[in-house]
Amino acid sequence: MSLIHRYQNNGYNIVLDINSGCIHLVDDVTYEVLPLMEEGLGSQEITEKLSGRFSAEEIGTSLSECTKLKEEGMLFTRDVYENAVSEFSGQRQTVVKALCLHIAHDCNLACRYCFAEEGEYHGRRALMSFETGRKALDFLIAGSGSRRNLEVDFFGGEPLMNWQVVKDLVAYGREQEQIYNKKFRFTLTTNGVLLNDEIMEFCNREMGNVVLSVDGRREVHDYMRPFRRGAGSYDLVMPKFQKLAELRHQDRYYVRGTFTRRNLDFSRDVLHLADLGFRQISMEPVVAPEDADYAIREEDIPRILEEYDILAKEMIAREKAGRGFNFFHFMIDLTGGPCVYKRLSGCGSGTEYLAVTPWGDLYPCHQFVGEERFLMGNVDEGITNPEVREEFAGCNVYTKEACRNCFARFYCSGGCAANAWHFQGDLRGNYEIGCVLQRKRVECAIMIKAALAE
Amino acid sequence: MEHIKTLNTKNLQNTLKKGGCGECQTSCQSACKTSCTVGNQSCEHK
Repeated sequence: MSLIHRYQNNGYNIVLDINSGCIHLVDDVTYEVLPLMEEGLGSQEITEKLSGRFSAEEIGTSLSECTKLKEEGMLFTRDVYENAVSEFSGQRQTVVKALCLHIAHDCNLACRYCFAEEGEYHGRRALMSFETGRKALDFLIAGSGSRRNLEVDFFGGEPLMNWQVVKDLVAYGREQEQIYNKKFRFTLTTNGVLLNDEIMEFCNREMGNVVLSVDGRREVHDYMRPFRRGAGSYDLVMPKFQKLAELRHQDRYYVRGTFTRRNLDFSRDVLHLADLGFRQISMEPVVAPEDADYAIREEDIPRILEEYDILAKEMIAREKAGRGFNFFHFMIDLTGGPCVYKRLSGCGSGTEYLAVTPWGDLYPCHQFVGEERFLMGNVDEGITNPEVREEFAGCNVYTKEACRNCFARFYCSGGCAANAWHFQGDLRGNYEIGCVLQRKRVECAIMIKAALAE
Repeated sequence: MEHIKTLNTKNLQNTLKKGGCGECQTSCQSACKTSCTVGNQSCEHK
């Protein structure tokens, strides 16, 4: 497979050296020279092939620059990670460091695309008791080994429907972190219906991140996120989200939406949120059964790719005008970012990251909750089905056929296991529509960096 | 260089030596929950 990914976007010729992560902006001659060089052609052959379009001198100097970068390990770098990663994952003790607590399997909205089926996750309505939550935190501390930073997301359904338990668990966690020298990072995902001043104040004190579910324009939001009786929720939640974002100084939160095939012009929803003053924005493609009328279809892909381009260009313009915002899926850190182990081993579902149901059952992640095949144990007995953990531990970009040859493998890290399972019935499979969109987002994210580096 | 402008000189291979501490944020705890966004998480030791 190719060791580089080259593409053109917004007037830039961009070359990603896949295995080193180096990114090069190249001129037209170099853009043509590189694939020929990779094919193994010599300088004379390359010069001949490109002679009608570029001068011999241009081709010659381009070739010497490419050769220099190659010698410096910044171009045509080989993939040396496969053995390192399998050795590493074989040696590293399996620990749990993050839990998604399903504080409430109930919801006060009836969002059409909810994978939790209005909060019920193919099961019954239920609220997590403090006792179950406490055991979950104990399980996390006991299973975390030497890891210090532990994460707990209060998720649902709608977690504010069980707010007292959230507060009590935070208090319990703060007490335990002193005893065990751990640091809890609490996060909350909410639809905002029950948000009030007291909750905002608590969140600002205790929650490292708050995810606020909102889909963008009023008509889009109200159609997909109605109350059970059909009324829209936009007017109720939006002012509260704006207030919370301001109270958090436009940091450590996301307004997080979902777009569907009903709003393929989703860049307008993102920009709507930006126009309302939000600076931390996420908007994800819906993941839905193929027969759902709002599900994204293969035929929608060109339009979605175009939307990402529109959004990227607008973000550049706004950034240059001093009113930029973050779009979660275009965030890319070219100077820091995760180490290669993290990049290759994926999201940690089923190993480091587990979901806990209101009655204390453990699943590989929030998206597997309710699927008995993936029940891993419970907070009383711990992991009783280690085979599931082993299955997840064995997933990485080298054990997934579709990832091995994908240029974006160091950015998505093998994709979402739940999507792979739901679309292909195989944890080592892939969700192709998601992959195409992911690759586009990586391309846009890099292009934005290029444009802002000028 | 006249033909090539390199945006970053970070080499992923360097992170083989001292990476893997596992202290960084789990991606689904940030904002995704339905996609996988490991690459945009930040390193605890940055």
